Amino acid sequence: MSKPKLGVFKFASCDGCQLSLLSAEDQLLELAGAVEIGYFLEATSKIAPGPYDIALVEGSITTPHDVERIQQVRRDCKFLITIGACATAGGIQALRNWADCDEFVQAVYASPQFISTLATSTAIADHVSVDFELRGCPINQYQLIEVIGSLLAGRRPRTRVHSVCLECKRRGTVCVMVAQGTACLGPVTQAGCNAICPSFNRGCYGCHGPAAQPNLVSITNQFASDGVPKEQIVRSLRSFNGYAPEFRVEGDRLDASQESGE
Amino acid sequence: MTQRTIKVNAMTRVEGEGGLYLKLRGNVVEEIRLEIYEPPRFFEAFLRGRPLEEVPDITARICGICPVAYQMSSIHALESALGMTISPEIRKLRRLLYCGEWIESHALHVYLLNAPDFLGYDSGLDMAAEYPDEVNRGLRMKKHGNQILEALGGRAIHPINVAVGGFYRCPRRDELQRLIPDLQWCLDAAIETTRWVATFDFPNFQSDYQLVSLSHDDEYPMNEGRIATSLGESIAVSDFENEFEERQVAHSTALHSLRKKTGAAYFLGPLARVGLNTDRLSPTAKRLADEVGITWPCYNPFQSIVARSLELVHAFEEALAILREYQPARPAKINYEIQSGEGCAATEAPRGLLYHRYHFDDDGKIAEAKIVPPTSQNQPQIESDLRRWVTQILTDDDAATARKCENLVRCYDPCISCSTHFLKLKVDRV
Ligand code: SF4
Ligand code: SF4
Repeated sequence: MSKPKLGVFKFASCDGCQLSLLSAEDQLLELAGAVEIGYFLEATSKIAPGPYDIALVEGSITTPHDVERIQQVRRDCKFLITIGACATAGGIQALRNWADCDEFVQAVYASPQFISTLATSTAIADHVSVDFELRGCPINQYQLIEVIGSLLAGRRPRTRVHSVCLECKRRGTVCVMVAQGTACLGPVTQAGCNAICPSFNRGCYGCHGPAAQPNLVSITNQFASDGVPKEQIVRSLRSFNGYAPEFRVEGDRLDASQESGE
Repeated sequence: MTQRTIKVNAMTRVEGEGGLYLKLRGNVVEEIRLEIYEPPRFFEAFLRGRPLEEVPDITARICGICPVAYQMSSIHALESALGMTISPEIRKLRRLLYCGEWIESHALHVYLLNAPDFLGYDSGLDMAAEYPDEVNRGLRMKKHGNQILEALGGRAIHPINVAVGGFYRCPRRDELQRLIPDLQWCLDAAIETTRWVATFDFPNFQSDYQLVSLSHDDEYPMNEGRIATSLGESIAVSDFENEFEERQVAHSTALHSLRKKTGAAYFLGPLARVGLNTDRLSPTAKRLADEVGITWPCYNPFQSIVARSLELVHAFEEALAILREYQPARPAKINYEIQSGEGCAATEAPRGLLYHRYHFDDDGKIAEAKIVPPTSQNQPQIESDLRRWVTQILTDDDAATARKCENLVRCYDPCISCSTHFLKLKVDRV
């Protein structure tokens, strides 16, 4: 039987999520033996034409050319997995979505006419159908191996959709919000990192994106009653996953209420 | 005369997206371009208005391979703007974090990205069939580099524990010291690596580079120092923008950085660092540098892999020294008062000098940010190298020429996604 063919594709991103694959040092050679790597520019000069059985897609869509390229990737693959906050929520570069992108280009480049860019940074799923999303900025390498392994074994991936809070409980970390009054997005953020930030004495800043059915209004009310200024709450929602629908809706609601002086 | 056009649409085994374009007429190179089409991500623009504490978390996302470099340059620039001095303990821990990053990044580059070029493979994974011990040695060093980052930074990619003023929490003694046995193994592995790569077949290709790196009186440069050049200059980091200048070119979303007064290209990275700081290498690395039969400073870019391996040796030796005497810093984070300020700093990313400057207002919100990454600085040098290198390999067919050009570019370990987001400088119109 021929091995399943893997493609790793990059759009606007920092390469951190695909590097997570190379950071699975202990499983890397085994994995490379179990699949045929058809396309993975960062790792190999060997390029095999599609179709690919599994495509891992990193990065967000920010240029007219990439709008077309992602369509081609979709046509070329059977199973498309988006990896990371850039691919699942537009990433940190989606901060442009609330700003004047022309002004951004002019602030950054002396000759803006050479720069071809869209006014928005959007998730892959806004452009093509996606079979599975793996959250995180960056993704967690163990979750990535689980997802690839489960596909190879023909079962559904076992990844967590509950909140970071449960991971704190599991590792025995004292709640930083209750004990120290530190604002923490853990209650509304998807698990997967093993609750790193609270274990280092800081609040979660939401890099794994919204958990399933998060209660955003409740947590932002809590922040407000703890004395966190509204504009700061808005900013904390608008970061690496700011354009994920749940964070976006609540951030925009608060922002509007702030402007109307409520 | 025959005209040849050689194109590499997407370079491989580099970080980020870029291509090559060469146009030759007979033996004359008419045009050569390192094309960077990585989409811009506008970090400097959207940092504006964010509170300064968020800067290290955000700038880390510029690059997944060297996030610590971005965190360190940001933090030092911000601390300098706040007029802060950090404690010697925190300073040491930051060097440890930087060692972890150099190790992870250098081991990846040496074994998975660069060595396959010398041995004739498409990838490190293919190379593993014939060189299993070597590839496993590289992966294991990389893994233990990542473990330093995890123990101190919380995770290897985009560490979460780095703060203005220090760390959110200093690891306990046992959390760090349990790394020692593996790192001792790694030190030997790095020594073997250096001896191994020094036996590779290096093309006879030299250039009269202007080497540029930080330099420090008592230590191998990482987090601070003055800027040294192979012309014998010693430049204060605060003079960086008077001495180096970025210009935009049409074929690249990354700007090109050149010496301001002369317009000359310059060379950054491990080869420059080792060349300008050979005497500051750790004892074992220094002995090896003498042993491998290269005269330092070295001006053959293909031998960067040897310099990179020497830095692996240095990083393991320094990390071990810090770990052996480690006591958690108290406090883990030094307090500061928010006030307006402006400050700059440069640190040595794995690929070379990384300069940041920030200006923030009374509330500590960023008003202006400027980031000059190593790859944008190396770009003009890469193009000028290609121009000369191509004339040495003209008799090859197009595919071989393209491959050999890529080999040269990979010696620089260009970090392309990092390079595409700069602030306005002077308009360079012709
Ligand atoms: S999600 Fe984060 S780590 Fe992954 S590519 Fe985007 S910026 Fe990098
Ligand atoms: S605790 Fe939150 S911010 Fe920290 S790593 Fe986990 S998901 Fe990301």
